[in-house]
Amino acid sequence: MSATRNDATALVSAAPTPAAHTPFGLDGADTCVRMISPGGVFEPNAAAEQFLPYLDRLTEADHRRFYRDMVVVRKFDTEAANLQRQGQLALWVPSHGQEAAQVGSAYATRPQDHVFPSYREHVVGMIRGLDVVDILRMLRGVTLGGWVPEEHGNFHLYTLVLASQTLHSTGYAMGMQLDGSTATGNPETDQAVIVYYGDGASSQGDASEALVFAASYQTPQVFFLQNNHWAISVPVARQSRTPLYLRASGFGMPGTQIDGNDVLASFAVTAKSLDDARAGHGPSLIEALTYRVGAHTTADDPTKYRDPDELAYWVARDPIVRFRNYLQGRGIEQEFLDAVDEEAADFAADTRRRALDITGPEQSVIFDNVYAEPHPLVAEQKAWLDRYEASFDEGEN
Amino acid sequence: MTAATDTSVASASLPMTKALNAGLRRAMLDDPSVLLMGEDIGSLGGVFRVTEGLIAEFGDKRVLDTPLAESGIIGTAIGLAMRGFRPVCEIQFDGFVFPGFDQITSQLARMRNRHEGGLIMPVVIRIPYGGHIGSIEHHQESPEAYFAHTPGLRVVSPSNPHDAYWMMQEAITSNDPVIFFEPKSRYWPKGEVRFDESGTPLHASRVVRAGTDVTVVGHGAMVSVLSQAADLAQAEGISLEVIDLRSISPIDYAPILGSVQKTGRLVVTQEAPGFVSVGSEIAATVAERAFYTLEAPVLRVSGFDTPFPPAAVETHFLPSPDRVLEAVDRVLAY
Repeated sequence: MSATRNDATALVSAAPTPAAHTPFGLDGADTCVRMISPGGVFEPNAAAEQFLPYLDRLTEADHRRFYRDMVVVRKFDTEAANLQRQGQLALWVPSHGQEAAQVGSAYATRPQDHVFPSYREHVVGMIRGLDVVDILRMLRGVTLGGWVPEEHGNFHLYTLVLASQTLHSTGYAMGMQLDGSTATGNPETDQAVIVYYGDGASSQGDASEALVFAASYQTPQVFFLQNNHWAISVPVARQSRTPLYLRASGFGMPGTQIDGNDVLASFAVTAKSLDDARAGHGPSLIEALTYRVGAHTTADDPTKYRDPDELAYWVARDPIVRFRNYLQGRGIEQEFLDAVDEEAADFAADTRRRALDITGPEQSVIFDNVYAEPHPLVAEQKAWLDRYEASFDEGEN
Repeated sequence: MTAATDTSVASASLPMTKALNAGLRRAMLDDPSVLLMGEDIGSLGGVFRVTEGLIAEFGDKRVLDTPLAESGIIGTAIGLAMRGFRPVCEIQFDGFVFPGFDQITSQLARMRNRHEGGLIMPVVIRIPYGGHIGSIEHHQESPEAYFAHTPGLRVVSPSNPHDAYWMMQEAITSNDPVIFFEPKSRYWPKGEVRFDESGTPLHASRVVRAGTDVTVVGHGAMVSVLSQAADLAQAEGISLEVIDLRSISPIDYAPILGSVQKTGRLVVTQEAPGFVSVGSEIAATVAERAFYTLEAPVLRVSGFDTPFPPAAVETHFLPSPDRVLEAVDRVLAY
């Protein structure tokens, strides 16, 4: 019998310290695709050049829609956080700061595409046709899901175990290949998948396995990684010592880093990546550099771990302010901007009213749909609970 | 290359590997949405050759040799099922299922529930399991209780080639996820497979040997151990009624309770460690439902609550016919 060899408590050494966090990428890095400067001037950098033709797809109405959606979702996001503070939601997951990355990429999808979100992509759901009150149903604790993906723009359910959805999306994309729904040469019908995940989730094994499977089977798929720089309290430097888009080449697929607070960069790069995926050119990865301006969730307090100067740096690069400056530079009328603010306020107020009206569910949801086919144990327990609870009513009579 | 098993005959004497192969082939012929996925299941035919010949017959769009990543296999199978396919995943060995455990328990098992009934999850996960093959660590385990504990999954294990053939097809046609435990030590002994006779329902347990003194219950490879024990007991004038559980979740209690009505004595057996096990669950349920008919406490004969030991001592770890009879003697002593 050998002695235990790892009980030398005196030998415990200090954990290595991660590199000091720097908000790398946004300013100055010419590998990071950017169309609009932080000040709101259209000045594409060299990395943006190959993506410029994709901007030709956008009309003036599209620009207005981008702006409108970013403003509306921020107001909604604030209202939802308020609802949580007032005890009306179990939790809220803010998207403040990430609007450009989400709006641009969502508009790059086509109706036939499938979208696998993480749990912070509220505006992506809106753009795909989801009623955001359905998102609130889940966070109010009346459902574990909330909507039927196929009836809401193929926007799949939120997934709360980080990176699990990356594998589901890859399997789904494999299915598109197997049933011949992609790479037929018709961009109007060819399908693709976009999956959202983040810098924290990028450390999960499932994210790596999804990239392996995607590259292996050359799935029609875009991995859209929102690097919002914080996984609750842990900075991205703890997750990765290399820019995350560079990981793509290790898996054998193209990787592109974008200024995630530039809605046009997000649109153009995602549009190209999805086009390539639909055309049979395989998967790719986009790293959108952005920032979680708010807390991770309403249960979090970022003042405990974040440098206020860093927050100020990113607030000064706000995606909505940037795009408004850009639109104003193009001569957008103030009336439009004012009308959007009004619409956003109405939307948030309406959301609040409808959130407070959310009711249900019946206790039978405990048992319904655990299995598709009859299951004696579940049936027995459902009948027992009904009898048990009915026995109280009988007692009152 | 060896061809897949011929099922055009009325019956054949086959080892379980070939019976499973025939069941998979039949299911693939019946339904073009059935896909096989796993490590080494294509040109090699699987490390146990269960999928031998199927890639040649159905092609690499129906038989997918996957990258070596169990979570990846299960997670992509979920996506494929969402898309309308019926994936059958092979996990190479019992001890290698755990990298896929999160996808099975947190995703696969709950996907239909989370979707409020809006989709089905017809995924089968095949897991060769159990000891008696003298192999190295992680190759002889019995992890079925983890899965039986997880709502949303169905868990089954055939004990013989005929059941293997039919249960495989039933598992594939099930609209719920099924964890299909294949007892490795029973892979090679031949048994009669009747192709023209439909099988017992997937979740039915079955009396495989009638007796009067003590009821003994087990699944998978334990069923042959129990039959050997019954032979030995008979020589001593003790009559054992042997029940093949077949389904671990849900458990079909009717034959067990019916048998206990008759014998008043029950021994539940399993290769898995006994603490918080399938056998514990059966013992508790029978105590709840048949208290007044029991003449003795329900006893468990299990693997010990230790990691599966080095193979050189596995015969001391695994429940043997003699260990079953030791428990039979104890319940008869009441």
